[in-house]
Amino acid sequence: MATIEIDHASRWFGNVVAVNDVTMTIGPGVTGLLGPNGAGKSTLINMMGGFLSPSTGSVTLDGRPIWRNEQIYKEIGLVPEREAMYDFLTGWEFVLANAELHGLGKKAAQLAIATVEMEYAQDRKISTYSKGMRQRVKMASALVHDPSVLLLDEPFNGMDPRQRMHLMDLLRRMGAEGRTVLFSSHILEEVEQLASHIEVIVAGRHAASGDFRRIRRLMTDRPHRYTVRSSDDRKLAAALIADPSTAGIEVDLTEGALLIQAVDFGRFTELLPRVARDQGIRLLTVSPSDESLESVFSYLVTA
Amino acid sequence: MSLAYNPTVARLTYRALLGRKRAMILFCLPVLLIAISVAVRALTGADDQVAADVLGGFALATMVPLIGVIAGTGAIGPEIDDGSVVYLLSKPVKRPTIIFTKLIVAIGVTMAFSAVPTFIAGMILNGNGQQVAVAYTIAALVASIAYAALFLLLGTITKHAVVFGLVYALVWETLFGSLVEGARTLSVQQWALALAEKVAGNDLVKSDVGLPAAIVLLAAVTAGATWYAGQKLRSLTLAGDD
Repeated sequence: MATIEIDHASRWFGNVVAVNDVTMTIGPGVTGLLGPNGAGKSTLINMMGGFLSPSTGSVTLDGRPIWRNEQIYKEIGLVPEREAMYDFLTGWEFVLANAELHGLGKKAAQLAIATVEMEYAQDRKISTYSKGMRQRVKMASALVHDPSVLLLDEPFNGMDPRQRMHLMDLLRRMGAEGRTVLFSSHILEEVEQLASHIEVIVAGRHAASGDFRRIRRLMTDRPHRYTVRSSDDRKLAAALIADPSTAGIEVDLTEGALLIQAVDFGRFTELLPRVARDQGIRLLTVSPSDESLESVFSYLVTA
Repeated sequence: MSLAYNPTVARLTYRALLGRKRAMILFCLPVLLIAISVAVRALTGADDQVAADVLGGFALATMVPLIGVIAGTGAIGPEIDDGSVVYLLSKPVKRPTIIFTKLIVAIGVTMAFSAVPTFIAGMILNGNGQQVAVAYTIAALVASIAYAALFLLLGTITKHAVVFGLVYALVWETLFGSLVEGARTLSVQQWALALAEKVAGNDLVKSDVGLPAAIVLLAAVTAGATWYAGQKLRSLTLAGDD
């Protein structure tokens, strides 16, 4: 059982706070670290991987500090986001070097390359690899020593759907074997498909935690905003406000549109077309005005 | 501090050093030195003073520090810059071991590309008359150690290691050293010359530093720089891209 314990950890760079008083526990199984770009996911992963010291608070693995403790890498496998690796080596030479640095030999390297199914290209230079191939070799380098903890920073970036599926299968297997697997992503669907547990980070803060159903519900239950144009805006507004699924309606005279705030997403989406039909009003435009991921996330922070 | 040599770290460092474009300078400078020596020998014949001037003025004063900058900073700088050093550091290998191994590689490369051509150039210039070739070869060997350690440290602590290295090698050692008395005492070149002075005959080699002081300073700079680089590597941080 390998458990990463993040206890009231903050990290700032000069005046910028990248991670703000985060407390979370990452245990065995697959955990997804979800958040928009710039939320502090990489900073958090760097602290868990021993490449950044928390400014305050602590980050430990089974009670042992990770920062400035190179022996911890016997248990941690790291898949960095950055592309740079030893491009002048072949895939085989690279993975073998990683195995040797762990005091292991060819057997471990072979096994790791087989796990990511890269035998067919192992004698080619890494500089000739596609992004997906690089990602797999990085993965092999992190797996050579059969670690109990696997940390992956945006592992699906730039992968095609087939490579993505392959890596997801692999990570699922690792999690099922009882390893502690943590990966970061800014795409909810990605995290939902793979992670049994999700931690959401927004603007450096720990915004939510739980399984994907809980996170999904949090995200769909939030107030939704719509911009609606119709043949009779005021009549439509009057009919809609009578229903409890609508929290507020503003008549925007300059734009000639209604700005509607709905609190019950499911009910409102049924209500709007029904009311329009009953009242004989033609709907000209119905568009959600804040569907960006950032607004979804920022709702979670304030909730 | 445990000083262990890690063959895997060494292999990666050699291949990174000799596989990059910068390595071309490693080959060009020695070729230039030998070409100059052939030309000088053909024009002036074998002359001990001329031989000492060429080896002292070009080989030791310019070529050795430049090779040292390329090998010393190149042994670790590019890896830290592009982030691939993560693969070295995410291993249960002691940080001083990584630095020590890279130092050995940097010393080896600096010696191979500076001391060997210096000796060949000396043989061409005056056939090792008055021990000039041997004296400067020893100076180049000794200077290689200190330069490699200094520039490896620079490569560990700053992104602009090559610039700082060049400023030290060319401005401090060459220009400043010839103008300001004190600067010459704090110069790897002068320390190395102190050894060469004992070997060559007829006052052909002169140093501003006494031999005991030179040896102490060389040892202190090499050990100090290596120790500090190991400490810096222990707390190397990688800021996230996001």
